[in-house]
Amino acid sequence: MKADWRSKPFHLSRRSLWIAFLLAPAAVIMMTFVVWPLVSALQLSFFRFEGLKPGDFVWFENFYKVLFQSPFRDATYNAFWHNIVVFFALMVLENGVALLIAYALLKELPGHRLHQVIVFLPVVLSAVIVGFLWKLLLHPLFGVVNAALGLFGIMGPAWLGSEATALGSIVFANVWHWIGFPALVLLAGMQRISREVLEAARLDGAGDWTILTRIVWPLIAPSVTIVTVLTFIGSFNWFELPLLMADMEGSPGRSTDVLALYFYRTAFGSVTSGIQDFGQGSALAVLMFLFVGAVTFIALKFLRSRELEI
Amino acid sequence: MANIASTTTTHQATGPVSYKGEGFKNGAIQALLWLNAVIMLYPLFVMVMSSFKSNAEIFSSPLALPQSLNFANLEKVWSETNFLQYLGNSLLVTSASVALILVVGTMAAYAIARYEFRFSGLWLMFFLSGMTVPLKLAIIPLFLQLNALNLLNTYAGLILVYTAMGIPSAVFIMTGFLRALPKELEESARIDGANEFVIMWQVMLPLARPAMVIVAIQNAVPIWNDFFFPLILITSDSLKTLPQGLTVFMGEFVTDWGVLFTGLTLAALPITLLYILLSRQFIAGLTQGAIK
Repeated sequence: MKADWRSKPFHLSRRSLWIAFLLAPAAVIMMTFVVWPLVSALQLSFFRFEGLKPGDFVWFENFYKVLFQSPFRDATYNAFWHNIVVFFALMVLENGVALLIAYALLKELPGHRLHQVIVFLPVVLSAVIVGFLWKLLLHPLFGVVNAALGLFGIMGPAWLGSEATALGSIVFANVWHWIGFPALVLLAGMQRISREVLEAARLDGAGDWTILTRIVWPLIAPSVTIVTVLTFIGSFNWFELPLLMADMEGSPGRSTDVLALYFYRTAFGSVTSGIQDFGQGSALAVLMFLFVGAVTFIALKFLRSRELEI
Repeated sequence: MANIASTTTTHQATGPVSYKGEGFKNGAIQALLWLNAVIMLYPLFVMVMSSFKSNAEIFSSPLALPQSLNFANLEKVWSETNFLQYLGNSLLVTSASVALILVVGTMAAYAIARYEFRFSGLWLMFFLSGMTVPLKLAIIPLFLQLNALNLLNTYAGLILVYTAMGIPSAVFIMTGFLRALPKELEESARIDGANEFVIMWQVMLPLARPAMVIVAIQNAVPIWNDFFFPLILITSDSLKTLPQGLTVFMGEFVTDWGVLFTGLTLAALPITLLYILLSRQFIAGLTQGAIK
């Protein structure tokens, strides 16, 4: 390469120009809209803001406020707790059920292609459509859900209006929206298991439960890793559904508040948090980024080593 | 994801073996799958049916079918809302972003995949590192950056942000695909005297179409559906995208449920029809990142 470069300078400089021309547009767009914002996100969190202009450099004041100073602290931990609850609820309700659907689809009974298309259909819809649709369906008086319960003589609750059921209702809408994704990812993992292994187990008299837990589960470990990590990241970026089905304040009574909502209120202003505060907002964003990044990193290490063991 | 498509044939070759009690069990599994299908489809069915109902019908008998095919709601959406404007904006923003992602992503991937040059590995790493970054969390500096560039509240600002988000995975997919193409094609074209652009445009890229379809779908669906970035970057009603417009809509017609259901139905229609036509490509494109 090097000899070439010296012997044919003209030819190669044209070649380098061509390569530079190919790389430049993507590089410029990435630098302007990804790299620079990310670098300055950290920097902004150390400033006190007046409107859109950074004012005094205040070291860790913004971080201190959102982590240790009332009332910000209480909002932070309340929202953080809800993100944790959402993550575990989704692991069980979404990914757990998706695993069963995937195993059912693996059997390739008649119509299995149709069922794949059906279970994945809501995945292609916008969260705005899903959120508003379920908000209407869950309406206490005129919604279809309570009308259906009424047929059985059950008085359905005000799903989104009561603190006891609001977060759960939104989680349910999220499960309906996304379940096709883990189902088909896990199915693809299962389809990579050799048919002979499954047939052999079956001939040895193993039932479905044994096959699913003893053979399929260990062999789809890589897919489980990916689904778990994506669910975790998704749970901590959860924003659209709570915003649209409840509101920006995490109503009723902060029972549906999550970190992204709190971040949005802090950064861009709302009725309760008053004017926008880019400094505190940036501090929250940096903390969320560090937390999600660190947990994802550790979880990947742990889950990958588990993949090797089994 | 190719395996989802291919299994049908492989399994038919092996043939399902039946065992004692298998018939009953398969029946139960079928029943559960159909129950799941009803849960997935019934809400959408209610949405479509309600769009033909009057408010009185929706409120008095939410579960019943519409008494007649009533298009009053559709007329109202047509004449009293900016639905068409929102739809047009979404089409413009989505197609421009996907086109830009394909052009600049493929260019960069082509350089990395087909030429040897110093730091090409580093360039690839640079682009790939963008895949792990949640750009939503950098929305404050992004907002300030767009403000400084006078791109807030413009189509261009939104399109460039989506492009930046789409480039990393586009480079990843296209580099992998372009690297696998045989060197001989390129060499023989070069011997025939074709210049580098002609080789790229007429020889190599036509072969990369399947990968481009994946990249297009993988980006088009989330961009078409996105609500977060317009929420923060767009304020003029005339520039709002469809998901964002729907929220305006839901605010204006709070009590007019017939219109609300019609708006939701119309918003869901284009992508649902495309999905039904291209379900295999949609599923492959959207799960591509999670299946290796």
